[in-house]
Amino acid sequence: MNKEKVKNNLVKVFNLTGLTWFIPFARLGFGEQPKEQVKEMGRIILVPIIAIAIFLGLWAVVAKKIDTSLGKLPGPVEVSQQIGVLWGEHRSERVKEKAFYQRQADRNARLLAEDPKAEIKIRSYTGKPTYLDQIKTSLNTVFTGFLIASLIAVPLGLLCGMSKAVMTALNPLIQVMKPVSPLAWLPIVTMIVSAVYVTKDGFFQKSFLISAITVSLCSLWPSLLNTALGVASIDKDYMNVARVLNLGWGTRVFKIVLPASLPLVFTGLRISLGVGWMVLIAAEMLAQNPGLGKFVWDEFQNGSSNSLARIMVAVVTIGLIGFILDRIMVSLQKMVSFRPELIST
Amino acid sequence: MPFLQLKNVSKGFGQGPARNEVLQHIHLSVEEGEFLAIVGFSGSGKSTLINMIAGLIEPDEGEILLQGKPITGPGPDRGVVFQNYSLLPWLTVSGNVALAVNQVFPEWSKAKREAHVRKFVDMVHLGPAAYKRPAELSGGMRQRVSVARALAMNPAMLLLDEPLGALDALTRADLQDEIENIWSTDKKTVILITNDVDEAILLADRIIPLNPGPRATLGPDFEVKLNRPRDRTDLNLNPEFRKLRSQIIHYLSEIGEKNSLHDAIEAITLPDIKPMAA
Repeated sequence: MNKEKVKNNLVKVFNLTGLTWFIPFARLGFGEQPKEQVKEMGRIILVPIIAIAIFLGLWAVVAKKIDTSLGKLPGPVEVSQQIGVLWGEHRSERVKEKAFYQRQADRNARLLAEDPKAEIKIRSYTGKPTYLDQIKTSLNTVFTGFLIASLIAVPLGLLCGMSKAVMTALNPLIQVMKPVSPLAWLPIVTMIVSAVYVTKDGFFQKSFLISAITVSLCSLWPSLLNTALGVASIDKDYMNVARVLNLGWGTRVFKIVLPASLPLVFTGLRISLGVGWMVLIAAEMLAQNPGLGKFVWDEFQNGSSNSLARIMVAVVTIGLIGFILDRIMVSLQKMVSFRPELIST
Repeated sequence: MPFLQLKNVSKGFGQGPARNEVLQHIHLSVEEGEFLAIVGFSGSGKSTLINMIAGLIEPDEGEILLQGKPITGPGPDRGVVFQNYSLLPWLTVSGNVALAVNQVFPEWSKAKREAHVRKFVDMVHLGPAAYKRPAELSGGMRQRVSVARALAMNPAMLLLDEPLGALDALTRADLQDEIENIWSTDKKTVILITNDVDEAILLADRIIPLNPGPRATLGPDFEVKLNRPRDRTDLNLNPEFRKLRSQIIHYLSEIGEKNSLHDAIEAITLPDIKPMAA
């Protein structure tokens, strides 16, 4: 009996996190209809694996036939080699960094030993950012931008959904700003940030702010519109309950309006994060802000024989991270929604 | 002074040619502690009537007085049980009741409010399901939560808008007994909207048929003088019950026939148009 419960909970967790591949393994582990499970594995795991293998094969064949100014187009093998190379560069950079700090600490200790009043200098290591550093910067930027966007979009969407007047007032602005490309915003944001944010040793780097704000500007619209739609389409019965109970404004928003519209709010946030991630790469590329986009641009300018393979590593990384971000949002959405079956995956 | 009074109330929806006059010239007086049932066909404007008393919609004409004061909007002095339960799916059974209790008794201590919630959840026999969500409950259980929520506000009056309409016969009988029980313990004023004449006779002191709309008006009063508690199985053999039942049904079918005849004549008048010659 207890075993059954463990199994069901495990399946629930896999469903919630989107790791549906593991469900038949879990069921098989608990001895549930082994034949069915093997069939299910074939259906949900083998088929995609075959598709991926076919894709890789086609890629390898076609790549050999295309000559670029940087040599032959890299195939899957060259790309996977570059993953190893990038990892190696990251490791050796970290070793160098460690050695630098070790030397600095040793020198300072020696100076202090000779003369306790000696002036010691502590400098931070200024090596080239590695591939993993670039990923970290990109993630930081996208989350900051997404956070700014959500903090603006969700309250504004609530207002739009609750008041027809606000919606009518803002709708033309929203509709016009929504389709604007990040590349158009970027120069404006750059000039404004440069004009307004004029501290020398600010907490944020200017380039970081510019890309984060560009991300917000492009990614806030889906959240705003979905929140407004979610609020405007709340079941009339729920609002009648609020009216019969004479709920105050705060209780109405937090106990009725927000929970009722949460599934659509999260749909909006999910789209926003996806848009933000896509926009970020473009912004980094164009503005020379650090991150994955800059990595791609640098490699393109660098033009070594490995550059194309390294850019393809970046493409795969960008895709995988975007996919993971989306999965996280879906899981969050499922957790906060009162009707999880309504969410498409 | 009657507890609730409707004076010449009319209500319609829409504008211009699409306007639909739902209720017209409604006069109604309800005494304190009275259990009034309004029976009528579906679509006759029963829900419009109760929504006006609840304060969810305003009458176009006339006024509604509660204890001598005109109704300006919804309020916790009138507990409403909606036909479709209207529970909040993200709150548990207790949470749904607590939402009302916290709103109506904010000055109470947390412990007192919790005890109050528990009392009403237990009253409708949902103690073991207190932490379940509406999706996990049957229709009858959901309607019980809705009743508990309305009662927990300690309203001066209960408005029941076809509360048992969507339930199966057994659950229905069960909840009818429960409603009668609750009413007989604290004698609140109740208006029950229903399309079931037996249910009305079983529960009410007075029954008023609502003539079918558009321009629905109230029919004559039918007093129910049967002794309480009324037992469902005994009632079927009671000559007074049978007489009353046939009177009401006769009235309803007669007025319904007149109305459908009227409808039929109206339907026959076709617009004067001819096909266009190309």
